[in-house]
Amino acid sequence: MDSKQLYQEVILDHNKKPRNYGKLEDATHRSEGLNPLCGDHIWLAAKIGGDRIESIAFEGESCAICKASASMMSVAVKGRTVAEVETLVEHFRAMTTGQEDAETSGRYLGRLTVFAGVKDLPSRVKCAILPWHTLHAAVNAEAVTTTEGDADPVARAAE
Amino acid sequence: MSARPSTRPAARPATPLDVARVRADFPILANVRPHGKPLVYLDNGASSQMPQQVIDRFVRYRQWEHANIHRGVHHLSQTATEAYEEARRKVQRYLNAAEEREIVFTSNVTDAINLVMQGYGRKFVAAGDEVVLTHLEHHANIVPWQMLCEEKGARLRVVPIDDAGELVLDEYERLLGPRTKLVAVTHVSNALGTVNPVKAMIATAHRHGVPVLVDGAQAVQHMKVDVRDLDADFYAFTGHKLFGPTGIGALYGKAPLLEKMQPYKGGGDMILSVTFEKTTYNAIPHKFEAGTPPIAAAIGLGAAIDYVGAVGLDAIAAHERALLAYATAAVSEIDGVRIYGSARDKAALISFNVGGVHPHDVGTILDHEGIAIRTGHHCAQPVMQRFGIPATARASFAFYNTFDEVDALAAAIRKVQQLFG
Ligand SMILES: Cc1ncc(COP(=O)(O)O)c(C=O)c1O
Repeated sequence: MDSKQLYQEVILDHNKKPRNYGKLEDATHRSEGLNPLCGDHIWLAAKIGGDRIESIAFEGESCAICKASASMMSVAVKGRTVAEVETLVEHFRAMTTGQEDAETSGRYLGRLTVFAGVKDLPSRVKCAILPWHTLHAAVNAEAVTTTEGDADPVARAAE
Repeated sequence: MSARPSTRPAARPATPLDVARVRADFPILANVRPHGKPLVYLDNGASSQMPQQVIDRFVRYRQWEHANIHRGVHHLSQTATEAYEEARRKVQRYLNAAEEREIVFTSNVTDAINLVMQGYGRKFVAAGDEVVLTHLEHHANIVPWQMLCEEKGARLRVVPIDDAGELVLDEYERLLGPRTKLVAVTHVSNALGTVNPVKAMIATAHRHGVPVLVDGAQAVQHMKVDVRDLDADFYAFTGHKLFGPTGIGALYGKAPLLEKMQPYKGGGDMILSVTFEKTTYNAIPHKFEAGTPPIAAAIGLGAAIDYVGAVGLDAIAAHERALLAYATAAVSEIDGVRIYGSARDKAALISFNVGGVHPHDVGTILDHEGIAIRTGHHCAQPVMQRFGIPATARASFAFYNTFDEVDALAAAIRKVQQLFG
């Protein structure tokens, strides 16, 4: 794979101009996500009204893959129900850990399939997953999560 | 930094080393093509490659010489014991230690530092005492001392660094006092390349009666180390960064110090006699080598030391100096790239960041060009904190690296910038 296939225009664009970047004062759910191996660190805040994500914001210190993933995720989940979001989280994890065929991923994830390439780069899978992992933690009222240890999404996928 | 566009290769400094010849000894360098590109291996600070001579020695031992050591009366056990103890003598000569019993084999430098913490620290450091470290230490030379201080109610004192990444030696003097029980300092910083003036620092510590442990993990592959000239009390290094196998490291300790230390692990080989009432410990260094050691790895380390000796540390140091100067010029002339660490005395590595691009992305894109570098905090988070950054990209060189590889590095960094435009 060429680096241009991984760093596609959309990813570079979301990295440069991340959507929904910043704070969310009236958030109902917050979580902090940390990838201790590479140092990616994001804070995610969501306002959930009824059962829907009304607004979402993130900020942090991370690589382009992680930041673009967070940005595109924020766009994708806004307005969706928590149950729908959990489904997206599952498919995003399955896609990036190579557990799902491209067609299924495409049906659920649409444009988010630009991240499928990370499945061939074990060291970068967690960069892409971290925002999703953190969102999952936020909607389940976990204040902090990491991509290591019991919560390791890659190890879980391998089980 | 200048805006000079430079596809033009800079003038190449002269080097005393026949690099093409030594490269031929490292099969991995010519035969592995990451993503279809020639391998440019610039992650030597994390682990170096093994020459065929070391691989052959390792294999020969496993094929023809293996048995457990020290207790066997039979032929193979004696052959293995002799080879293992010969490796110890090679380490002794490499560091110019006075006696072979001053060399303890460990599993790596982390294990060696923990040995000093357990054997010396836990015996001689008490509540209110102080251990002096520096801001440049690898986590391996921080965490064990933190554990010790927590257990004993002792205190860590940290020598600061300046913007160049050099230790502030006036502060170091001031930190030493009647409560100081040990100084633990890295010879060369793995994150910035700074070569610390350990000889002078040891002399200063000794004026206060304080012993010094030197972490030589990033030094022994680049320069001659003479523990007696340094007057180091402890000197530790790790085999896999010295062109040897993983799983082996060594601790040099002055005999009287090793003798008064308590053993770190209990078990076979480290005893003279055992009854349920009392165990008598073996003499040094065996007192610290409980259990069956990584015999093949130790012998491989001995072969690596022979190999480095044959290439010659003077030639290695001269070639690496030339590489560092060339690489520093090539990388720093790229607009938007910042180099961290500009110590006057610096080992051949460059820690850098490309403006606006996270080091992990730099690392991935370089990998696609066949270039192996390390990105992250390099197990030296305090150094990153000092510069207010989460991570850097680090290219670390060995004597088998070439000026062409430096050009490839610079070209790939420009490619990163184009992609992220
Ligand atoms: C300065 C320094 N100290 C300690 C270590 C730890 O080495 P090892 O993992 O072989 O124990 C390293 C390398 O990672 C290092 O660069």
